[in-house]
Amino acid sequence: MANSGNHIIAKPQHHDEHAHEEHHDQEELRFMGFWFFLITDCIMFATLFATYVVLSGSFAGGPTGAELFEMPGVIAETFILLTSSFTSGLAVLAMNKGDRKGLIGWLIVTVLLGATFLTLEISEFVTLVHEGATISTSAFWSSFYTLVGTHGLHVSIGLVWMIAIMIQLGRHGINSVTRRKVKVVSLYWHFLDVVWIFVFTIVYMLEVI
Amino acid sequence: MWDKIKDFSSEFFVTGDPLIYGADVSIVLTLVAVVTALTYFKKWTWLWKDWLTTVDHKKIGIMYVIASLLMLFRGGVDALLMRTQLAVPELDFLTPEHYNQIFTTHGVIMILFMAMPLMFGLFNLVVPLHIGARDVAFPFLNSLSFWLFFSGAMLFNMSFVIGGSPDAGWLAYPPLSELSHSPGVGQDFYIWGIQISGIGSLMTGINFIVTILKMRAPGMKLMKMPMFVWSVLSSCLTIILAFPILTITLALLFLDRYLGAHFFTLDGGGNPMMYINLIWMWGHPEVYIVVLPAFGIFSEIAATFSKKRLFGYKSMVFALMSISLMSFFTWAHHFFTMGSGANVNAFFALTTMIIAIPTGVKVFNWLFTMFRGRLSFPTPMMWMIAFIPCFVVGGMTGVLLSVAPADFQFHNSYFLIAHFHQVLIGGVAFGFFAGLYYWWPKVFGFKLNEKLGKWAFWTWNIGFYVCFMPQYVLGLMGMTRRVSTYGWDRGFYELNLTSTIGGFLMGIGFLFQVWQILHSIKFMKKDTTGDPWDGRTLEWSIPSPAPVYNFAILPRVDEADAWWEEKQRIAQGHAPKPKPKLEPIHMPKNSGIPIVMSGFFFLVGFGFVFDWLWLAIPGLIGVAASMLVHSFRYKTDYYISVEEIRRTEAAAGRTV
Repeated sequence: MANSGNHIIAKPQHHDEHAHEEHHDQEELRFMGFWFFLITDCIMFATLFATYVVLSGSFAGGPTGAELFEMPGVIAETFILLTSSFTSGLAVLAMNKGDRKGLIGWLIVTVLLGATFLTLEISEFVTLVHEGATISTSAFWSSFYTLVGTHGLHVSIGLVWMIAIMIQLGRHGINSVTRRKVKVVSLYWHFLDVVWIFVFTIVYMLEVI
Repeated sequence: MWDKIKDFSSEFFVTGDPLIYGADVSIVLTLVAVVTALTYFKKWTWLWKDWLTTVDHKKIGIMYVIASLLMLFRGGVDALLMRTQLAVPELDFLTPEHYNQIFTTHGVIMILFMAMPLMFGLFNLVVPLHIGARDVAFPFLNSLSFWLFFSGAMLFNMSFVIGGSPDAGWLAYPPLSELSHSPGVGQDFYIWGIQISGIGSLMTGINFIVTILKMRAPGMKLMKMPMFVWSVLSSCLTIILAFPILTITLALLFLDRYLGAHFFTLDGGGNPMMYINLIWMWGHPEVYIVVLPAFGIFSEIAATFSKKRLFGYKSMVFALMSISLMSFFTWAHHFFTMGSGANVNAFFALTTMIIAIPTGVKVFNWLFTMFRGRLSFPTPMMWMIAFIPCFVVGGMTGVLLSVAPADFQFHNSYFLIAHFHQVLIGGVAFGFFAGLYYWWPKVFGFKLNEKLGKWAFWTWNIGFYVCFMPQYVLGLMGMTRRVSTYGWDRGFYELNLTSTIGGFLMGIGFLFQVWQILHSIKFMKKDTTGDPWDGRTLEWSIPSPAPVYNFAILPRVDEADAWWEEKQRIAQGHAPKPKPKLEPIHMPKNSGIPIVMSGFFFLVGFGFVFDWLWLAIPGLIGVAASMLVHSFRYKTDYYISVEEIRRTEAAAGRTV
């Protein structure tokens, strides 16, 4: 392990050939760095969940979640996001086969599903606001919007990111750099899926049952 | 129109205090002087190409150190203003409002904008050289971390002349820090200044973990790493687990203030106590984050100047790692008086006592390292020796504070103030000073003047005890923290005056250090050996200052203290290890994106502080755009040719 990771090991003269090999090491470092980033992101969400649980009974006389949540929409969001996680997995499989068209195609499907999820979430938020539950209604709604909204923000960033990677795939094809980027964004996407499962369970399910 | 401008500027700029007007003038004069000098000497390109856009860990380290010394000056002036106000009872030197601002900025600056960047500076200067690497794992990210710290620090410091400083204490407890009680912009400066630099700290944590785990020289197993590298690893692991909590806590406070959310408010079902729990879940690990690397520095120094291998390497590693784990289970000892109940308090009292054990282990390790060693006492070693009794006493008063029932008496008294200053100055500041003195010749190629160093050392140390020992007594007499004055009848006068004298002695100590640095730049001889202390670890095997690629040939490490063992072998008449052929070195290119992106972050922060969306939104777009531009860049590296390596090494007097 100790001697495998030097991304700047001196290499013989034939730059192009060996640059490729070095990139490979460097990409491995970046992938590992991203795992550590996910740990920090995980703790951010853990803090938000903890806050939500502490404040989950603080309605301050305002509407409760059970009164306003509309589960069909939420269940639809859940299935859409889970499916998008699956399609991002298919994108990685296509990449491993060297199939650039399949890769970009599945990424497009993933982005479309993600965008649908976001649209549903935003319309859910709009309905809730019209029904009189805003971020300043009570501590419960503050923590609800912050937790779910942070997840939504992550999804939006993921969408922009995936589009950027698709453009890069179009320009450079599948090489060690773009391969790492696809792997990283797909890891991120799966992570958001796992977080959503917790959101679905802790925020929506526990509130309505 | 004119009235509008006048109204705006009387709100925008801090007015009415001669001290502030003085500061305004000196800030403007300094800026003008810097700009004029850069233009006159035609140094703008040099500044941009060699420093502002650099991704070289050594240069980034130097910038961290310079920035943190400036912050030490600002935090120190805050401290002296407070001590002046408290020197005599019923003094009117500072108004209570001004006093509140000053103790707030003193705390924030010393911990977040002095201790943290000085620590990151030392990480940058030393870790890659220690492990035989050519840079950190993510050089671009490293530069971004620095610039984020820098713009956060500038944003925070700006509050002093624009808009008004925060005044709700260094951890900004609600409801005082809420809009209802602090309607001004000071608290928003606090949130955004810390938030922006906090993102930088998180990324530095990730960067150094990956660097240490993946970029060590061939053969350097984990248990053969220098102890400082272990301490950096434990500190960085603590960073990535603790800083996300800070990010979220500040974000929630921001939502309370900006969007009227009810996380910590008194109305709407909010819970201020939750803030106090959250902020200390970060805040307690934070003090270990800054002190662990100091332990690593002391371990290196003790071994070098005792000419002995570090005593109890494995127990030291175990102690460091167990401290970083246990630091997450002691947070509630900061508020035993909150009323969590006897069982909760008992748990946190016990964890706090337990965490003292590994620290005790380390003290014995250092003592046994020195025991029967061939000791010498240059300045780094002096700080090391001074640290041990200071930290032991500070640690023991900490154990006194951990006794929950007794803490009801000590809580928020000067006893506490004396305790944490003793561990933070005696541990962190002494440690980082020692590290700075120790690695200075490696970074700049010359040692610092010993005589002035000793003067600085003694004034600092005597000043420290004169300043803080009376505060323990004052605490026991009932003086509470954060009071801006006290009556003649309280009996606090003599001890406070003594404490103030001690504070000014430390100020003189700092001036000696500045003088020492300036004097040494002018007069000290260049060190041509690269190994002025007869060191043990890899960084001393290369020329000082280190060439841009650090190691012409990556070293092969077969044992701990590899350089020392190699020197011993050569002294015994063995031939040095054969050197492999030189090969071109692959290096990262400089980039202007980090500084530009941090500039956009600054605009975002400034925009939200004043609720100027016309500034914050372009700022956010700028941040996103800079990230995308970076993502689309594929040619971010270059090669250093063998001829150039030969030339560089020959210029440093070495053959390869």
